Amino acid sequence: MDILNLLSGSLQQALGPTAVVYALAAIGLNVQFGYTGLLNFGQAGFMAIGGYFMAASVATWGLSFWVGIALGLGLSVVLALLLGIPTLRLRADYLAIVTIAAAEIIRQTLGSVTLLKWFGGQDGLINFQRTFVEMNPFSSRVDLGIVAWRPFDFWLLFSGWILVAIGVVVVWLLMRSPWGRVLKGIREDEDAVRSLGKNVYSYKMQSLIIGGLFGAVAGFYVALQHTNMNPTWVATDTTFFAYTVLLLGGAARVLGPVVGSIVFWFLITFLDLFFGILTRGADPFMPEWIMTNQQASLMRLIIMGLALMLLMIFRPQGIFGDRRELAIDAR
Amino acid sequence: MPADTTAPASGSEYVDRGRAAEARKALASVEHEPGAPKPDPIVVADEVTRQFGGLKAVDVAHVEIQRGAITALIGPNGAGKTTFFNLLTGFDRPNTGRWTFNGKSLAGMSAYKVARLGMVRTFQLTKVLAKLTVIENMRIGATGQSGESLARAMFPFFWRAQEKANTERAGAILQRFKLDAKRDDFAGSLSGGQRKLLEMARALMVEPELIMLDEPMAGVNPALKQSLLGHVKSLREDGMTVFFVEHDMDMVRDISDWVIVMAQGQVIAEGPPDSVMADQRVIDAYLGSHHDQVLDFEEEEKILQEAQEEHVKNEEEAQ
Repeated sequence: MDILNLLSGSLQQALGPTAVVYALAAIGLNVQFGYTGLLNFGQAGFMAIGGYFMAASVATWGLSFWVGIALGLGLSVVLALLLGIPTLRLRADYLAIVTIAAAEIIRQTLGSVTLLKWFGGQDGLINFQRTFVEMNPFSSRVDLGIVAWRPFDFWLLFSGWILVAIGVVVVWLLMRSPWGRVLKGIREDEDAVRSLGKNVYSYKMQSLIIGGLFGAVAGFYVALQHTNMNPTWVATDTTFFAYTVLLLGGAARVLGPVVGSIVFWFLITFLDLFFGILTRGADPFMPEWIMTNQQASLMRLIIMGLALMLLMIFRPQGIFGDRRELAIDAR
Repeated sequence: MPADTTAPASGSEYVDRGRAAEARKALASVEHEPGAPKPDPIVVADEVTRQFGGLKAVDVAHVEIQRGAITALIGPNGAGKTTFFNLLTGFDRPNTGRWTFNGKSLAGMSAYKVARLGMVRTFQLTKVLAKLTVIENMRIGATGQSGESLARAMFPFFWRAQEKANTERAGAILQRFKLDAKRDDFAGSLSGGQRKLLEMARALMVEPELIMLDEPMAGVNPALKQSLLGHVKSLREDGMTVFFVEHDMDMVRDISDWVIVMAQGQVIAEGPPDSVMADQRVIDAYLGSHHDQVLDFEEEEKILQEAQEEHVKNEEEAQ
């Protein structure tokens, strides 16, 4: 039954490891962009640092998995400091330029031939997930009726959603506190907050670091999900998918990134499968003069792009956003 | 002395505690000259200059601001008043200069540290935090909040009591400024005048000793103007020093104890409102120095000839 396959396939993706990765990345962006107003266009760079150093610690340097995790987190803090120190005193757009460039520099450097013996060049790294696999409590296929996962995938998404839940709770706790209020104040008008005696620079830096840490965790999951870490997983479009996820769910909403990620991956898989079915086989439903099978595989991106535009026009606050807040911007 | 910012018992805005008379008495013996020394200055600035390219926007040799008084800073457009404000509060860096607040040097200090010391400013273009509610705008103003440190933010028992106290204080100030009905509305939904009130109220949350208002009357309707005037006067009654930039001469005349006049970056006159407004230097600065001379034909010829001679001279020099 095609319709059922369509739905179960989409649901599988919507709850699967990929959705976890983007939920984590978007939670980080939510802290930075949604609450503080920092335009970090280099979330993929933080993911690269996390994923690569976790993988290289085990695969290249023979260290423990946990040392790799600590190294990934530690270096993402260093990256946040490096990016933040020169740019956070300047206007918001400088951070955007610097981060997007830095993410690409990191990706190109880690994938370069010069560092081949450490990071494996364009092929990337493998054989680093053993500790994670050993921790897997699930030994058989997990079947929930409409969706089913291999034990490893289920362990990925199970542990991943737990981390997402922890992340959501942390963000919720932070954003209801006076600390979160200062961040929101900075988003609205940083000079006003400065005039009230708050060290705006320090708060922006804290926000950048926290968002970057979520990026690094997303990077760990990208690597584990593919059991391979290579430059393709952290290309620039990764950041923009994460932004789409955030805007879809609603920026500055605690659950925005999570719902956004689930909806995004449901829709994109649904569209992919749908057009796949339409154009499949020797005698497809959709005549070839309209669309070939190859062209159909691009339709999902075209329609997602269109959907994002419509979303920005008719519901710019995202799924969870508050209409009242938007009315204010019109003034 | 930290200001008493709780609402007056009577509910009226202005309780006369005789501070106006006190301030004027203290200033009575001060000479009406630019840079005149004051008996009890809260701010003393020396040689403060700020250059934008070839333009010296601020060039203040010496100025003192009397504690407990309302001091107005006036001057024609482009006189450097707002720039001077920005320099004093750390929002801009001067090319040269030193200034003190309560005897403590502020030169090179960041804006947020200046505010924490008790020198708090508002802005010409009101800066309310639009997507925060009015009460959240107020709460953010309180200083020394333990919940503002990342380590403690996640655990409400560290900051709940303080938050409650701040909220009560904020509520009392909002009531005084008649904004309590708007408490849970987004600040972005307030009118222009209400935003001015909220900004002033929020500045009080910092418990300033010196409050610096940059054009508090700009864009405020006449009805609200009266109530704003009352609020500013009541700040002095509560023991605060007020220093404000304003173009509205009625307001300056009505509430200020002392007026400092700036033109082309320099302090050109000082004194009580009436004496300053009659000062020839001030009139010249606002209206131009030849405004009262009638140019007759001969005079005009003379000026023209001088200009031509100078032009010829310059040409010759150039060759």
